Amino acid sequence: MSAAGTTIPGTFGAALLIARKDLAVELRSRAAFLSAVVFALLAAAIFYFAWDPTAVPSIDLAPGVLWVIFTFSSLLGLNRSFAAEHADRALDGLLLAPVSREAIFLGKALSNFVFVVGVQLVAVPAVAILYNVPLDRAAWGIVGIGMLAAVGLVAVGTLFSAMAVNTRLAELLLPMLSLPFFVPIVMAAAQASARILNGRPYTDFAGWVRLLVAFDLVFVTACTLAYPYTIER
Amino acid sequence: MRQKRLFDAFFGVAVLAVMATFVRAAYFTPVEARQGPAQKIFYIHAPAAFVALYVAFGLMAVSSALYLWLRDEKLDRLAASSAEVGLVFTTVVLVTGPIWGRTVWGAWWTWDARLTLTLFLWLIIVGYLVLRSAVDDRALRARYAAVLAILAALLIPFIHLSVYLFRTLHPQPIVLKPSAPSLPPEMLVTFLMALASFALLFLAFLRARYRLATAQDVVTGADG
Repeated sequence: MSAAGTTIPGTFGAALLIARKDLAVELRSRAAFLSAVVFALLAAAIFYFAWDPTAVPSIDLAPGVLWVIFTFSSLLGLNRSFAAEHADRALDGLLLAPVSREAIFLGKALSNFVFVVGVQLVAVPAVAILYNVPLDRAAWGIVGIGMLAAVGLVAVGTLFSAMAVNTRLAELLLPMLSLPFFVPIVMAAAQASARILNGRPYTDFAGWVRLLVAFDLVFVTACTLAYPYTIER
Repeated sequence: MRQKRLFDAFFGVAVLAVMATFVRAAYFTPVEARQGPAQKIFYIHAPAAFVALYVAFGLMAVSSALYLWLRDEKLDRLAASSAEVGLVFTTVVLVTGPIWGRTVWGAWWTWDARLTLTLFLWLIIVGYLVLRSAVDDRALRARYAAVLAILAALLIPFIHLSVYLFRTLHPQPIVLKPSAPSLPPEMLVTFLMALASFALLFLAFLRARYRLATAQDVVTGADG
């Protein structure tokens, strides 16, 4: 970080600084990350017993379980994203800084993205081990799908997190607002990774990948543009 | 300022029109050969879906976008009113659909593109109304609601696209299609009557709800 009064960072520089601040806070407490990871592991274990393993092979179950867990554990991190700024009116300090509102949003989204990918890094191997899914060749494909899914999820989730903290229902509202938006993401990610795990060629799930990419492009743009409307005073 | 009445002659006309449609649909429209009397639910289901999905939801999205641009409180009230009345019509669609589906398809529900879309639209509108009820500041509430409505409008094609890959029991359009409608003339007339009377009923509800919103804003403060 440069000394006070030297340079004002541009939009992306400022976004990086804000993301770094959030990640530093999270690294010191690890509260949200640990709870999201523990939640993911618990959910993976509970889901396994919700099906009859003699009727449904666990490899067919795994992709669905993975993306449902991933979505719900992400919500835990997204909830904290703006709740932390709400306490002690820290957000006012951010808003007073000479950076654009879009930069604040992108910085928040970036730190949430790192958070969500971090949860994935634990959840994907955990599901692979617990459900006996041979990841070897499929691993990179799943990682790629996970990244694409995380971008859209984080864009929408960050925006709604910013809105939810200012409402009377606070974190209760976030799942209600964001889950309908996660439907296309979960569907596309689960369908694509099921096909990857079954060793099918790319053309078999190209449509789902394109859907994810389009979702990311549309909602990263829309949410970045919409964010300033949610904070103006 | 004198309070305008919520239910007036216009409302009465709309209710009478819907009743006339039902009488015609029940007694003066031929029974469909294969589906029997069950097909009569079409005259509630399809016009309600049309009004909810196109008129109410479209109005909500457009007036929300215009609100962020023009910042006129009337547009926010219009968006909120069409969301609430639209929710009623979407509920009608979601209740009549399974009843019809159970008789004709043998299944209450199927995860086809349109059914799923309608269900999520319903959930989004509920979320929209809950969001509105959870914000006290009027300007903030209007902006949040508008942002959600615009994002929801962007979401619709994605849900449609993603569910489209799971094909489908729901009939393809039989009235709104490029070639001539494949409905027999008597049924088509009843359907168009149903469409018109449902649209009229929607407008009547919308007007009443809008007047209520105005009255609420006058009571709760600031400007009138």
